[in-house]
Amino acid sequence: MTTSFLHPSLLLIAGALLLPFIREPFRKPYLLLVPIFTFVDVVYLGFNQGIYGQVAFLDWQLTFGRIDALSNVFAFIMALMAIIATLYSLQVEDFWQQMAAWFYVAGSIGAIYAGDYLCLFLFWEIMAFASTFLIWCNKAEKDATAAGFRYLLVHTFGGLLLLMGFVLRYQATGSIAFELLDYDTHSLSTWLIMSGLMLNAAVVPLHSWLPDAYSKATIGGAVFMCAFTTKTAVYTLARACAGFDVLIVLGVAMAIYGIVYAINENDVRRLLGWEIISQVGYMVAGVGIGTALAINGAAAHAFAHILYKGLLFMGAGAVIQMTGKSRFTELGGLYQKMPVTMLFIIIGGVSVSAFPFFSGFVSKSMIIAASYEEHLLWAGFLLTMVSAGTFLVAGLRLPYLLFFSEPKSAEVTDRAADPPWNMQAAMIVAGLLCFVLGTFYPLLYSMLPHQDALYHPYSAYHLSETLQILAFTALGFMLFRERILARATISLDLDWFYRSGGQVFQWLAKYPIQWLDTIWGEAYRVVGLFSLMTTARFWAWFDWHGIDGFLDGSARGVRSFGRLLARVLQRGQIQHTLAYTVTFVALVLIAFIWM
Amino acid sequence: MIQFIDFLKKRGREIRYLLYGTMAAIVVWSMTVDTSHAHTWAEKYIPGFWALFGLVSCTVLIFFARWLASAGIEREEDFYDD
Repeated sequence: MTTSFLHPSLLLIAGALLLPFIREPFRKPYLLLVPIFTFVDVVYLGFNQGIYGQVAFLDWQLTFGRIDALSNVFAFIMALMAIIATLYSLQVEDFWQQMAAWFYVAGSIGAIYAGDYLCLFLFWEIMAFASTFLIWCNKAEKDATAAGFRYLLVHTFGGLLLLMGFVLRYQATGSIAFELLDYDTHSLSTWLIMSGLMLNAAVVPLHSWLPDAYSKATIGGAVFMCAFTTKTAVYTLARACAGFDVLIVLGVAMAIYGIVYAINENDVRRLLGWEIISQVGYMVAGVGIGTALAINGAAAHAFAHILYKGLLFMGAGAVIQMTGKSRFTELGGLYQKMPVTMLFIIIGGVSVSAFPFFSGFVSKSMIIAASYEEHLLWAGFLLTMVSAGTFLVAGLRLPYLLFFSEPKSAEVTDRAADPPWNMQAAMIVAGLLCFVLGTFYPLLYSMLPHQDALYHPYSAYHLSETLQILAFTALGFMLFRERILARATISLDLDWFYRSGGQVFQWLAKYPIQWLDTIWGEAYRVVGLFSLMTTARFWAWFDWHGIDGFLDGSARGVRSFGRLLARVLQRGQIQHTLAYTVTFVALVLIAFIWM
Repeated sequence: MIQFIDFLKKRGREIRYLLYGTMAAIVVWSMTVDTSHAHTWAEKYIPGFWALFGLVSCTVLIFFARWLASAGIEREEDFYDD
């Protein structure tokens, strides 16, 4: 282990553990400084790429820091987004939220730097657990606890797929190195690993957790969540599954699926969640194409996407925080009360819609161009069709329903106002970056993994193509606007299977199984319990007074300590118990790396 | 900015004409652009191909989404509440 390597995740984890002890007036500067130091660390490592943090653990060689061009560009944007999102949630008093968020970012950066499956799995699970707390912390949403459990269960399932995959692979090859999998000699382990990674990327049909969870998270929590989970998964797919043809089909499918659901959606953050699925579809398709240009496109699009989607979630969060409403059927006409928020939602909308001079224009088109270059015309045309849909949803429907449609209730309009200064500042930073990336695109391109694959977004042909599509999508919106107004409905999705499947299990547990249990318990009480209890009482008495009295009462001491520990640690709230467990694991990890 | 939006909202018709004008200008300009690097026959020889493509895409998506909703996936908001 070289001396110059300080893992950025360690900074964040240590920062998060110290956070509860920091009080105002130091709290706000501290909240900003920790992610800023993390970012500086990531940038420093970006300039000193190489393999760091190799640790021998049992029979394996763990690699905590594989820093190359591909991992660097993802870690860079994650660390940058951590600053913006922390700034956005600066006014939050509940330190659990910021701690969870930093653990979550630490998991994401750790997974990106991981050079083997064990490290990857460790940080992968930290990410899943920490982000669950961002949902549970939301006291304003009554369904948040249930949604958090659904989210955690789905991600545990994904983690298990990954675990089974790399254990099988280790058995077959004897290596835990996290490298490109061989498509030609694929086996069950290849598909298990791919499915585990795909679940976090919300690839159809493993996607339903995303809109469900992101719409239930806290205001700031959703801003963190929209950036890290799916894009970390895109990185891992680019690392392990680049060039897998099946990902092209799945990516295009999720791009279409997401946008179709977004058109019908009534909840503002669910709509944005559907659009994440749609946009990540481009990246997954890019990974599936697997050429230098396509991988560059996937990385660039992930970079741009984190910023504009963060911006959109910040705007949506501002609306929800200031009005207390999240449904389009209860919102409208907010432009008079929230002009700053409106401006930044529109900037986010035009960025995602790939307007010239905004970030989507220079990133999304790389993936489409790569699909044409590989003569995958169907993929190119379908992804272009989804571009039109993206503008329809994020550039037109979203701002129209929030800001320009008729106000639904005077009470909501009275309450609305632009959010506090720090939330506005975060939106300004993200909005500016969207513009800077789209206009001074060489800044972004110089960080991409394949410097030999050249691409020029501002050709006359690309400009004319984009402008035509945008203008005539606007025409389509004008013609059919009435059809996609807000409706007080939800759209059934594949989560029906586990949400209603759970009810079937509950019914089984409630009636037949409970009945059997009652009968069994009764029989046991009558026949077995009396004689058993009498014998047990005697031995307990003997043990307590006979043996422990003999051994200086040490058992009594252990028992009272155990009770104290139980009182502190086990308050009956599984959320707290989980937090303590994860913190404990993190501490062990830190100790392990440093020793 | 708020006054500007109020001003625009009162002039819906003028804005619509402005939009039509922009669309026409974009399509006319697209005919002058070099299409020799385009990938398909349609892009080269159909004037305003992408304009048509954009309009058709948007329409198809809207109608498909509404059809899917009416085909049974659209439910009341309290569907999952016990």
